[in-house]
Amino acid sequence: MSITMADRPSAHARATDTIGLANVVHSEWTKLRTVRSTYWTAIAAVLATIGIAIIGATEYVHNFDPKNLEGFDAANFILQGLYLAQVALGALGVLTITGEYATGMIRTTLTAVPQRRFVVAVKGLVYLAAMFVIGEVISFTTFGIGEAILHLKHAGVSLGDPHVLRVVFGGGLYLTAVGLLGFALGTLVRRTAGALASFFGVLFLPSALIDLLPNSWRADAIKFAPANAGTQILNTYRNHDMLGPWAGLGVLTLYGVVILLGALYLLGRRDA
Amino acid sequence: MIEVRDLSKRFGSTTAVDHLSFTVRPGAVTGFLGPNGSGKSTTMRMIMGLDHPSGGSATVNGQPYGDIRRPLHQVGALLDAKAMHGGRSGYHHLLCVAQSNGISPRRVTECLGLVGLEGVGRKRARTFSLGMGQRLGIATALLGDPQVLLFDEPVNGLDPEGILWIRTMLRRLAHEGRTVFVSSHLMSEMALTADHLVVIGRGRLIADSSTADLIARSSQGYVHVRTPDAEGLALLLLAAGAVVEGDGDTLRVSGFDAAAVGELAAQHRVVLHELSPRSASLEEAFMELTKDSVDFRTEVTAGKVHAA
Repeated sequence: MSITMADRPSAHARATDTIGLANVVHSEWTKLRTVRSTYWTAIAAVLATIGIAIIGATEYVHNFDPKNLEGFDAANFILQGLYLAQVALGALGVLTITGEYATGMIRTTLTAVPQRRFVVAVKGLVYLAAMFVIGEVISFTTFGIGEAILHLKHAGVSLGDPHVLRVVFGGGLYLTAVGLLGFALGTLVRRTAGALASFFGVLFLPSALIDLLPNSWRADAIKFAPANAGTQILNTYRNHDMLGPWAGLGVLTLYGVVILLGALYLLGRRDA
Repeated sequence: MIEVRDLSKRFGSTTAVDHLSFTVRPGAVTGFLGPNGSGKSTTMRMIMGLDHPSGGSATVNGQPYGDIRRPLHQVGALLDAKAMHGGRSGYHHLLCVAQSNGISPRRVTECLGLVGLEGVGRKRARTFSLGMGQRLGIATALLGDPQVLLFDEPVNGLDPEGILWIRTMLRRLAHEGRTVFVSSHLMSEMALTADHLVVIGRGRLIADSSTADLIARSSQGYVHVRTPDAEGLALLLLAAGAVVEGDGDTLRVSGFDAAAVGELAAQHRVVLHELSPRSASLEEAFMELTKDSVDFRTEVTAGKVHAA
């Protein structure tokens, strides 16, 4: 067999074009769908969220007391499992990029597409698009199941109630924003262990460390801790000590965007 | 064509590549030879745009790597056999790389066939042996049917069959008119594969010439003589202009071939017990060439170099 391409003339006609967005989207989508870890983390996230909703809602219905209905945020209660799902899907965001560094695949990627910032940015967008779809599927499916159980005691809510659609749709958005944070930190740190540690650190530590701050700062600082800000979208009733739902989600997203921009800047300058 | 001009790379206070200049031409296998740690991989990584040079430039077909539009169509490289995700099948590894440069799935299947992996394309790369991994890496390099190919230590760790396969593949690629640049720390391997050699040590250029010239120039042949009258013969040879080193009843003669030594001995009726031409091995020639530029040399090898 000859080493030369069978379709050589067309290949060479195209060789003068630049690499397009569609090429890289295609390539990165193939990468995402052809490793098993993508499916395992997605399945883990789905099962954890739905499982926790079923257990929580069943327990609630079982020990139902009408007194508890006062101030009960049913949508938020059903979606408690998202706090577990974010761990799995955020870790997938980290691994999507650190996996390439750990295996050496990154050198193949960067020699195939030398426009480094472009190829890694597209990789992030493909991952985030997948996270958005998975996140919304998880959020709406879980809400549907949890709501059906709560309705047994007429404690449920529906998507038509005030703010509930925002909470449920926001669940998918929240997971996507957490995924962005994971991907950004993975791109910045490059090593899996360090990137996972910094991901959990950035997501959870600020909320814990804020108690160490002087009282006068605490009220403001606590609003801007990534997890505190981002999770406001999951509350049906606004907590006035915190940022609003959309502002909060915006702040969480901004953390991810800023870290990713820094990481992309370094990506172009560092040796691969 | 690969052109390296005054290329340097410093990591902190260490200079890995030091003002290196050479050209790799099409239609031949060019060996890139140097001891471990001499800067071969760093040089190749700079050619491929993975490391940023501290000074100088490296271009492929006249362009810096980063400016090449669909690089897989111009340059293919095997820098590291493990530059792939172990959880992905060989087919999908090739497919995702191909798609980024707009190369068809048909070519992916074709490349699996080219390297003899058509039967295992669906298996995950982590289950591949070292030799299979190297073949998949070569298939990756061939995807875009490039005119320039770089291979970093492609035979490392391979069994004899794998080595032969790679050697044949390299020769074939060069025969098709491609530029083939292949690094190794084994002179004997390069002597069999390369038409031209670029030798470096401590990041500096030591030699840049055809393989045949380099071997002829650097392998110091000598004549081994054993005689009961070593002292007498040594004096005769020295008087005739040869270089002689003696040890007991044996002499090591350079500058004269075996016939000349035999004739001189016969003229003066010196009895010879042994007379044989010896050539320094390729490895010795290589060590001689690079002995001043090896970072870590053990006493044992140092002794061997001087004894040779």
